[in-house]
Amino acid sequence: MKERLQELQSEALEKVERSSTLSDLQEIRVAYLGKKGPITEVLRGMGKLSKEERPVIGDLANKVREAITAELDRKKTILEKKALEKKLEHETIDVTLPGRPVQVGGPHLLTSIVEEIEDLFIGMGFEIREGPEVETDYYNFEALNLPKGHPARDMQDSFYITEELLLRTHTSPVQARTMGEYQGSKPVKMICPGKVYRRDTDDATHSHQFTQVEGLYVDKNVRMSDLKGVLNRFAKQMFGEDREIRLRPSFFPFTEPSVEMDISCKVCSGVGCSVCKGTGWIEILGGGMVHPRVLELAGYDPKIYNGFAFGMGPERIAMLKYGVDDIRHFYTNDIRFLKQYHKA
Amino acid sequence: MFVSLNWLKNYIDIENISAEELAEKITKTGIEVEGIEYVAEKSSNVVVGYVKECEKHPNADKLNLCLVDVGEEELQVICGAPNIAQGQKVAVAKPGAVLPGNFKIKKAKLRGVESNGMICSLQELGIEERFVPKDITDGIFVFPDEAEVGMDASQLLNLDDAILELGLTPNRSDALSMLGVAYEVAAILDLPIHLPSEKVEMTSEQASDYVTVNVEDPELNPYYGAFVIKDIHISHSPLWMRNYLMAAGIRPINNVVDITNYVLLEYGQPLHAFDFDQFGSKEIMVRRAKENEKMITLDDQERTLNSEHLVITNGNKPTALAGVMGGANSEVSNETKTVLLEAAYFSPSAVRKASKDHELRSESSTRFEKGVDPDRVKRAGLRAAQLLSKYANGTVLNGVVEFDALDRSEAIVEMETSKINDRLGTEISNEEIVDILRKLNFNFNQDGDTFTIYVPTRRQDITIFEDMVEEVARIYGYDNLPFTLPEGASQAGGLTVQQLLKRNVKSYFESAGLLETITYSLTSNARANLLVSPEVKNDAVIPVKLKMPMSEEHSTLRLSILPEMLDSLAYNTARKQTNLGYYELGTIFVSKQETVTEQPEERLRVAGAVTGEWVSHAWQQEKKTADFFLVKGIVEGFFRKLNIRVEYKQVKMDGMHPGRTAQIYLAERPIGFIGQIHPELQNDYNLKDTYVFDIDVDYIFEVQQNEPSFQKIPRYPSISRDIALVVDEGISALDIQTTIEQAGGSLVKEIQVFDVYQGEHLTKGKKSIAFNILYLDPERTLKDEEVEKSYQAILSAVQEAHQAELRG
Ligand SMILES: [Zn+2]
Repeated sequence: MKERLQELQSEALEKVERSSTLSDLQEIRVAYLGKKGPITEVLRGMGKLSKEERPVIGDLANKVREAITAELDRKKTILEKKALEKKLEHETIDVTLPGRPVQVGGPHLLTSIVEEIEDLFIGMGFEIREGPEVETDYYNFEALNLPKGHPARDMQDSFYITEELLLRTHTSPVQARTMGEYQGSKPVKMICPGKVYRRDTDDATHSHQFTQVEGLYVDKNVRMSDLKGVLNRFAKQMFGEDREIRLRPSFFPFTEPSVEMDISCKVCSGVGCSVCKGTGWIEILGGGMVHPRVLELAGYDPKIYNGFAFGMGPERIAMLKYGVDDIRHFYTNDIRFLKQYHKA
Repeated sequence: MFVSLNWLKNYIDIENISAEELAEKITKTGIEVEGIEYVAEKSSNVVVGYVKECEKHPNADKLNLCLVDVGEEELQVICGAPNIAQGQKVAVAKPGAVLPGNFKIKKAKLRGVESNGMICSLQELGIEERFVPKDITDGIFVFPDEAEVGMDASQLLNLDDAILELGLTPNRSDALSMLGVAYEVAAILDLPIHLPSEKVEMTSEQASDYVTVNVEDPELNPYYGAFVIKDIHISHSPLWMRNYLMAAGIRPINNVVDITNYVLLEYGQPLHAFDFDQFGSKEIMVRRAKENEKMITLDDQERTLNSEHLVITNGNKPTALAGVMGGANSEVSNETKTVLLEAAYFSPSAVRKASKDHELRSESSTRFEKGVDPDRVKRAGLRAAQLLSKYANGTVLNGVVEFDALDRSEAIVEMETSKINDRLGTEISNEEIVDILRKLNFNFNQDGDTFTIYVPTRRQDITIFEDMVEEVARIYGYDNLPFTLPEGASQAGGLTVQQLLKRNVKSYFESAGLLETITYSLTSNARANLLVSPEVKNDAVIPVKLKMPMSEEHSTLRLSILPEMLDSLAYNTARKQTNLGYYELGTIFVSKQETVTEQPEERLRVAGAVTGEWVSHAWQQEKKTADFFLVKGIVEGFFRKLNIRVEYKQVKMDGMHPGRTAQIYLAERPIGFIGQIHPELQNDYNLKDTYVFDIDVDYIFEVQQNEPSFQKIPRYPSISRDIALVVDEGISALDIQTTIEQAGGSLVKEIQVFDVYQGEHLTKGKKSIAFNILYLDPERTLKDEEVEKSYQAILSAVQEAHQAELRG
């Protein structure tokens, strides 16, 4: 009996070894371990055995059963894995074929630039203020030291709606409005981005509508060197650490002293090239120390408060940064243009 | 302002500095040099030659055969210029000479006769034709007799000059004169300045015997000086003067006119020369013009004047429009014998008015408009009289006949060194301040730290402390200011809730696949009335218009972003870009007034447009063209993101497809629309089916201001029931949904359409619509009976309200 069991075991294990399908395995399982199988049969014949032999053979029969079961399971796992592999093999696709396209939207280049400027100045503690695009003559001009009749506010340069209303020609009125709102009670540290309008015929370098970002800082003891420091930080973050800035005297009715800021030319690193007209410098923004009259008009005592202001054109910055060669590109919304400048 | 460096060298020694270096320094100190121009490219081997003989070419009528003495040799030269003549001194390019444009002169044969060089016109030597005196634009240039034979002609003609083009800001009108520029350069380079002589020899005859001066309004004309110069001989002005004028961009005419122009450029003081004999009287009367008074100006135009214009008259008729242009009747001509020279101060506003009304901008008017230096008015007259006596054979009569109420006082500005340093962030010493003021040629008193500045009248731009801060800073050097950061109490910068929301709106539509556009706010009147959302149309009486638009295209403020956006779509379509998905966040301008007197409301809207293919997966033959539900899906996603519930109701509006347009409601308030552009309008724009939306963002922000509170994640299971109904096709999904909502009770959490069918299995005019209803109680497990009860209530409600039948 003992021999028979061992024989059955090696016979079954051999069959398992040779089997190549899951159904083979199932057959072997039924054949050897089933209720009508040889092992059961052996056990049934145990009645003939002596009391001593019975547990020995019973034990052996269980071991044989376990051995066959284990081997069947092991083989089953292998075969299943093989079957899956085969199935997956059949599911192979050409992964180099193009996928189903998803529409990718994105911001306008000017928005990206404006938001970049905003974030940069937010980092320096500035708040962002907005104001109306249709302005009163007072806020657009008078509050900024441009009284009626001033040559710098030629009627020809602005889009008037009535004698007193016009499309703002710069975003500076937002500064005047903000100071007016605070009524000289606290410091002002703000930038104001937005659309502005001037009577220019649209061409490669002019647009009757364009964008401006202006900044204002009013506090006690503001120095011109602070303006230089803040603009320097802005320029380096916006255009790169390797860029230098220089300030030149200029004139604006709402600042005194006034400055124009140049950055060193990226193309030629300051040596001089066609982009910078041979000067090595590119004009990027204007600014200055807030004119005492402007402070006074907004309710700030110029004996206590002073400040600086500056203004820049995102179109110009975009043109310099990305080599856009025609300002009209910003407003024709050619999809081939819009798609080019997605922020990575 | 064009500054000839050779001319400038008369007042200041700048031999040792290159034009480029000087330009850089001037730019950095405050006046932008916009360009450096050289009068002509370098020519070589061009000399003064004397035409010894000149006769007709044997074989050509229009050519002359000349024998020219050029110093060390005599050359046979053929010349085609009509004004060539024996006895002239001319510019000769010898064989081997190179003229501008790399034009090499060689020996040549012209119609069988040898020519050994070329006699040159000014243009051939590189001078722009518009500056060449009119009488010789077709011919060669003739030197005055004193020119020495064999001398370098380029030098005599000032062709080696460099010209700086100054871009002057409005405050720096002091640099509209050579003397002003000289003062500026003197300050920058710390050099002394040599002023021109104003000494005039006068005869004993009194000018006042010839003319009287009366001024009606001293406000408009505080100074008028008249000089009388007799025995004038009209001719060329000296060559050096003509050279300087051409370099400065002024065409030489004759000695009298050239001298007034020369002094205008030198002193920045416009002068006017009348022909005394044509003046018409012995009385100069300066007054306001009469209404509709007429005069003919130098350019032979008849001008109609009004009382805001200032005129010089002979007591009767206007003889000049003050500071702008002289009259044709008293113009200096070749016959002029006696010159009446005017040196005056006219008020900027009077001149500005006249030059603007008559569109006459001249070298003269631009200077008066900015305010001339009161100190130089009379001096400029003296300088011109001196030059007229020297270069026009003039005899200057004794005295200046004048009216004088001119304020020549200097502005006084106080400043303290410490305050300058506080403002600039510097540590400039008193000594440095003194040095800066000396360089600027400013008079001052010093009392320790305190300076009292007497600002020269040439610097009308300096009136307050801050102006002096700039003067000190620019001479000290903006480059020398330190870099510092503000020391005031720092505040946390950041975006406001609204600004954050705006960025969120943008990023949503971008993530939904739309590209942001920026279109013009100014549109045409026709487009301004197009595709205006009903709730906007309700508020806006008429679109806001510009008073003086540049074109009808951009004459009116927009009431919708869409028309200009459609224009952008059309622009792309015309360039074969037909698959487009755009959005824009921007303001529209709503005025509730018939006649606008107040600022219009500026309302923030988000609008979008989609046309063409949206999905196209070619190798899988998958293609999805934009349609209503694509755009609606985008809009629904937007509201879902904001957690705002809106409703869509069928609407008819101009410009939109009558059956495919919905108005969007937030609670009961209309906030925009969505739909397909009317096929007729699509045609006008050359567009295929285009779907758009336009939403009031301001109101959404108002609703959004309340931060949403946390909602518990449900712990109990929900129960879902489906209901399929057959109804008339005209009944909208929203109507049925509303009924379900009302009848279903509070346990109904969500209702969704999951199937719509119309076709062969249904009666004509009917449709089947199936809803999924989700029941939930966050506090407990639902019982089947209560769901069933609600379901039955819904069923009878839809049967009653919509005659709906349960679909079998
Ligand atoms: Zn460069």
